[in-house]
Amino acid sequence: MRFMNEYRDGAYAERYRKAIAKVQTKPWTLMEVCGGQTHAILKYGIDQLLPPGITLVHGPGCPVCVTAVELIDKAIEIAARPGVTLCSFGDMVRVPGSRNDLQAAKAAGGDVRIVYSPLDALRLAQENPKKRVVFFGVGFETTAPANATAIIQAKQRNINNFSMLVAHVRVPPAMEAILSSPNNVVQGFLAPGHVCAVMGCAEYEDIARKYKVPMAVTGFEPLDILQGIHICITQLEQGRTDVAIQYARGVLREGNIAAQRLMQEVFTVIPRKWRGIGEIPESGLALSERYAEFDAERLFGLVDYSVEESTECISGLVLQGNKKPVECPAFGTRCTPETPLGATMVSSEGACAAYYRYRNIS
Amino acid sequence: MTVPNDTSTPQTPNPKPQTPFVCPIPKQQYENIVLAHGAGGRLMHNLIDQVFAKGFGNPLLETDHDSAVLEHNGVRLCFTTDSYVVNPIFFPGGDIGTLAVCGTVNDLAMSGARPLYLSAGFILEEGLPITTLQRIVQSMQATAKEVGVAVVTGDTKVVERGKADGLFINTAGIGICEKDLKIAPRQVREGDVLLLNGDIGRHGMAIMALREGLRFETTIRSDVAPLWGMVEALLDAGIEIHCLRDLTRGGLASALNEIAKTAGVRIAIDERSIPVRDDVNGACEMLGLDPLQVANEGRLVAFVKSEDADRALEIMRGHPLGEQAARIGQVTAGASPLVTMNTVFGAARIVDMLSGDPLPRIC
Repeated sequence: MRFMNEYRDGAYAERYRKAIAKVQTKPWTLMEVCGGQTHAILKYGIDQLLPPGITLVHGPGCPVCVTAVELIDKAIEIAARPGVTLCSFGDMVRVPGSRNDLQAAKAAGGDVRIVYSPLDALRLAQENPKKRVVFFGVGFETTAPANATAIIQAKQRNINNFSMLVAHVRVPPAMEAILSSPNNVVQGFLAPGHVCAVMGCAEYEDIARKYKVPMAVTGFEPLDILQGIHICITQLEQGRTDVAIQYARGVLREGNIAAQRLMQEVFTVIPRKWRGIGEIPESGLALSERYAEFDAERLFGLVDYSVEESTECISGLVLQGNKKPVECPAFGTRCTPETPLGATMVSSEGACAAYYRYRNIS
Repeated sequence: MTVPNDTSTPQTPNPKPQTPFVCPIPKQQYENIVLAHGAGGRLMHNLIDQVFAKGFGNPLLETDHDSAVLEHNGVRLCFTTDSYVVNPIFFPGGDIGTLAVCGTVNDLAMSGARPLYLSAGFILEEGLPITTLQRIVQSMQATAKEVGVAVVTGDTKVVERGKADGLFINTAGIGICEKDLKIAPRQVREGDVLLLNGDIGRHGMAIMALREGLRFETTIRSDVAPLWGMVEALLDAGIEIHCLRDLTRGGLASALNEIAKTAGVRIAIDERSIPVRDDVNGACEMLGLDPLQVANEGRLVAFVKSEDADRALEIMRGHPLGEQAARIGQVTAGASPLVTMNTVFGAARIVDMLSGDPLPRIC
């Protein structure tokens, strides 16, 4: 397939492997921020191709994994209310909340639908005026513009039976949390290509300067990742701390200005709790006051609900690059994709699921 | 069906964790049936094992095959059943009627049995247009005629509006094993070669393209087809077939994992050798699916003796349903059952069984 197979060419991979080995003289630890990148690394065995001195640790960029338990509980609670249709992205229905998941909520009679776009949920609301249609708005800055569009369209078209349970998270504050931790092991980043396609590179340039770490804004195909690693290792060896754009076919340095405007119009920055990690300041997006009428948490009286999470859960350590999934004693035994102990095992982008799926060779 | 190794300890309480990492999330034990129990993946296998195999356990059932071979007075009859709940009932390349005949005929063929007779049970929803039912029956009859089977008995039930999606069909089939060859997962041996009769993932993606709420422009047609003709050609040529498996729900990945587990072998496949159409691959990319785990209805994997592999491949390629047939891997030695794949990059990775399933009903 065009624009896909080109980035999966084994011969080019070998050339990059040699180029990386040639430039590397010291051991380095890089973090790929995105779950999609983690998935590609394990799926294609990219870590097996690298020289022994280069370690890849897996970052927090799996939105399904980091969505707080209490938000999943809220989604389940909303789905159980009469006359409600709760729309969610596919992976989210299998992530356990504190007691249950959305799949079980559906089996118990809740109207839970899997959609691929918030606009599908909006259309459902329009076609079913007697139903209250709630979209579970999960994701990083990548999905936020489309969700903002759905909200704006709902307001313009007066679709009052549509609302959104907003669980949006922002990448840069999480990267800062990792870098400022005393346990930090990360020396360079493969920055998230799709997030930067929306947001541009300015926030990442600030982080690179402040913490003196190089970054390559990287795509999701195996050759993208190998090239991103090559860029990062070259910078580390040369003592540079730039933000380079590997994913040039998708990312402009200034990002997508129109998408940023949509987000600014609809959302406001808030502190957000991350599953397994805890609260990170300024790391979330919520609906701004102007669009409060579409806020499902307010509409369903769930603003004050919260549950405690243990900060000792290993998924938090995995998401911050301090542990590999296989270092967890429950990995592959008590914790599997069918019986997940943590969200990193549930989502197809979760690091534990990627290891289980591609690397559980016992 | 067998249970993966990870379920051996799930109920064991663990009052004294061995490490400081304590996960706060309770274990997921479903008290009710969820849709993923029907997806052909690990959840379904656990259900079969824990409920059906436990309840009905007998040596014939425990062969873990698509159909049961019943020996009586020197005659080997083959028996199978399958229910069809696909939504939507009409899709590019076929409909629930074609599926209801092909699926059951294929399950017989996977034991090397010539399909002879089918039963058909219809569960009809109040309000279903009779013209729709007639269309379905016509396509069932056309497919049955193509294979040379007759629908010889049946049943009709009607349920209230809202209790079924138009109609559900159950078919059972009887066939006869004419050759003295045992074709079953437990016959698989180290060194066997795996042959696949064509590109994978088409049926699942054809259905996916029609699913509710998904606006996706595509011309992908289901691969639904009766496979007996090709199996017959292989048998007539005297190919030493050890196992056959049609790739339905859960796709190639689930089929190979099931067989590896039942036969107690390792299977290694080569990513480059597995045909996937560009449009199927593209649709899978967009939807985050793996073609290895997407359903087919006209594809099989044959495990044949390595000396017969080239000849078998030639026969398959000479059949209309096998023009793209490929040698995709081999059964290898190994301590525990496992399916691995050499990637296009030369690295090796696991091919896991489908876990949950975000798809609508596909067969």
